[in-house]
Amino acid sequence: MLAYILRRIIYMLVVLFVVSGITFVLMHAVPGGPFDGEKKLPAEIQANKEKYYHLDDPLYVQFFSYLSEVIIPRVTTDAPTLLSNDDYLLTIKTGEHWFKWMNFGPSYASRSRTVNDIFRDQLPVSFQLGLFALLIAVTIGMPLGILSALNHNKWPDYLAMSVAIFGVSVPTIVLAPTLVWIFGVSLKWLPPTGWGAKPPFVLGVFPSTLGWDYFKYAILPAFVLGFGSSAVIARLTRASVLQVIREDYIRTARAKGLAERAVILRHALKNALIPVVTVLGPLFAGLVTGTFITELVFGIPGLGKYFVISISNRDYPVIMGTILLYAVFLVISNLVVDILYGFLDPRIRYE
Amino acid sequence: MTTETNTPNHAAGQPITIKSQSLWQEAMGRLLRNRGAVTGGIIIILLVLTAIFADVIAPYTFDKQSLLDANAVPVWITKLFPSLKDYGVINNKYLIGADSLGRDLFSRIVYGTRVSLAVAFVGPVISLIIGVIYGSISGFFGGRVDNIMMRIVDVLYAFPGLLFIILLMAFFRTTLAQPPEGTFAYYLGQLDAKFGGLLFIMIGIGLTGWETQARLTRGQVLSVREKEYIEAARTIGVTNSRIMFRHILPNILGPLIVVETLSIPGYIYTEAFLSFIGLGVNPPTPSWGSMISAGSRALRAYPNQALFPALALAITMFAFNFLGDGLRDALEPRLRGTQE
Repeated sequence: MLAYILRRIIYMLVVLFVVSGITFVLMHAVPGGPFDGEKKLPAEIQANKEKYYHLDDPLYVQFFSYLSEVIIPRVTTDAPTLLSNDDYLLTIKTGEHWFKWMNFGPSYASRSRTVNDIFRDQLPVSFQLGLFALLIAVTIGMPLGILSALNHNKWPDYLAMSVAIFGVSVPTIVLAPTLVWIFGVSLKWLPPTGWGAKPPFVLGVFPSTLGWDYFKYAILPAFVLGFGSSAVIARLTRASVLQVIREDYIRTARAKGLAERAVILRHALKNALIPVVTVLGPLFAGLVTGTFITELVFGIPGLGKYFVISISNRDYPVIMGTILLYAVFLVISNLVVDILYGFLDPRIRYE
Repeated sequence: MTTETNTPNHAAGQPITIKSQSLWQEAMGRLLRNRGAVTGGIIIILLVLTAIFADVIAPYTFDKQSLLDANAVPVWITKLFPSLKDYGVINNKYLIGADSLGRDLFSRIVYGTRVSLAVAFVGPVISLIIGVIYGSISGFFGGRVDNIMMRIVDVLYAFPGLLFIILLMAFFRTTLAQPPEGTFAYYLGQLDAKFGGLLFIMIGIGLTGWETQARLTRGQVLSVREKEYIEAARTIGVTNSRIMFRHILPNILGPLIVVETLSIPGYIYTEAFLSFIGLGVNPPTPSWGSMISAGSRALRAYPNQALFPALALAITMFAFNFLGDGLRDALEPRLRGTQE
């Protein structure tokens, strides 16, 4: 098991290296630079700026120095400064020394901020939104799937599966404006735009105040984001339950006279939900990384918005940082799920 | 299931046996009994007809502009949204109103069908071609080749899909916008401009959508190539490529069709999404995504500008989902519920 995890982690690093390489090449292949404005800068100023951000180095030097800044931890006696190239995601003081790790570099577009600043302020918002969306997806999807499997080929089944098809067919860009119009503009029950939490966040991710003032902003976007995934969960749950209730041990449970309720709850659902639980990891990663349409429509200050802007600004560190962060999210959640699977389902063994 | 008897008898000049037809006929029968799938199919046929005869159906061309009628709404919509009466330009010239530039919304939705359907039909072709070739090479040769090729797919899977396609589109749009005349990129750019920016969207979708197909094809090929009839073909000296195309591919077609049909709504959505954030088709080519984007900016004042293209998009995706579901139940009953 340990060897398996170790191998997976090494493999994960390779994947991340390739992802960062492709992103780096692709982003530098887009013509134009971060300092090409409407008004052309004097050549020497342009050159100076590029020199300051090391953009005049050969590309491979830039790439590897970026990676080394991100990957290799520093241990120094220097206290952290406010300079934009001295901002590390992790800064821990141990005695005389400072342990600094993960410097994603400055943002070219907003000069007083670093990529880490953007991560600290914007990522928690996307994270909260993704978490709520996942909650909504599960609370709608699982009961719907179970209901439809237990009433296989009867009207609740058809109804639930119609809802599921509705869920996958109505995309975010349709659902979001429609719901904003209904609940935000016409009925005025919920605010049409905005987000109810500001930095600083508790533990770096959670909102500092919870209450209606917070939730009233979260309900619509979380529903919009989670609804599509609830359809996926419903279908998966249904298929899984249908498969399990045909197993021999269910027949055994019935044969020995267990109450139907106990058969379903204790024997069927417990086993049927394993594949559903394991899909939650990638789903969550997908929700967190797929928030930007929702963020755009609802005017939520999350990370997705920054990504789209950073591409048109040629804000290289922000592009790299966001893609890497999302990729890390994806690979880690896949790894967690694979490990979890081994615990939940003892039949699966990893060599 | 009659899968086992489905060995297509394609040996030189032999008529196809009744049994091998009956699988597809049986599937067709199952499909036709599925009301949702039939409805979906009919809607898709209607959409195709709309796209073909857009010039006839649409009362105006998609770029016909009349600034005096900007944001015009017909009377029946003011009954639906009473608040519009206070400020709207009310006239009955346009069926469902005009957009902020005074272009007929209905005509633009009708022309927008072309974009969505082009993506719906060309996207799968590109991803199928790449995916099937890739996956079958990987599955057919197995061993080290297979291992390396599948690791590459794994890496591509780790790319956050939407972010990757955004980056790709930014690359296409700017790099290939003004390349030196006479180069390959130049002609590609010209071709793209002819299609209103659709070509690059399709390439982008094709490049990001083939991995699933590749994995599926590989898995199917792996399971089929151990069958006795492949061994039989090999013993009588059939070449590799002939085994691939005559013996293996026809047998793995079912799941491929099912998965491809089910991924069509995703392709349609990707185009709408790209147009929504302004990386899609070039204006004034109408796309439902860009119409929804423009409309949602005026949502408070003119809800009709976003709601009707949104409805069109939702109906189209519904139709393809229903058809895909029906196809899956008909062709691969065992797959039911395992697809997203």
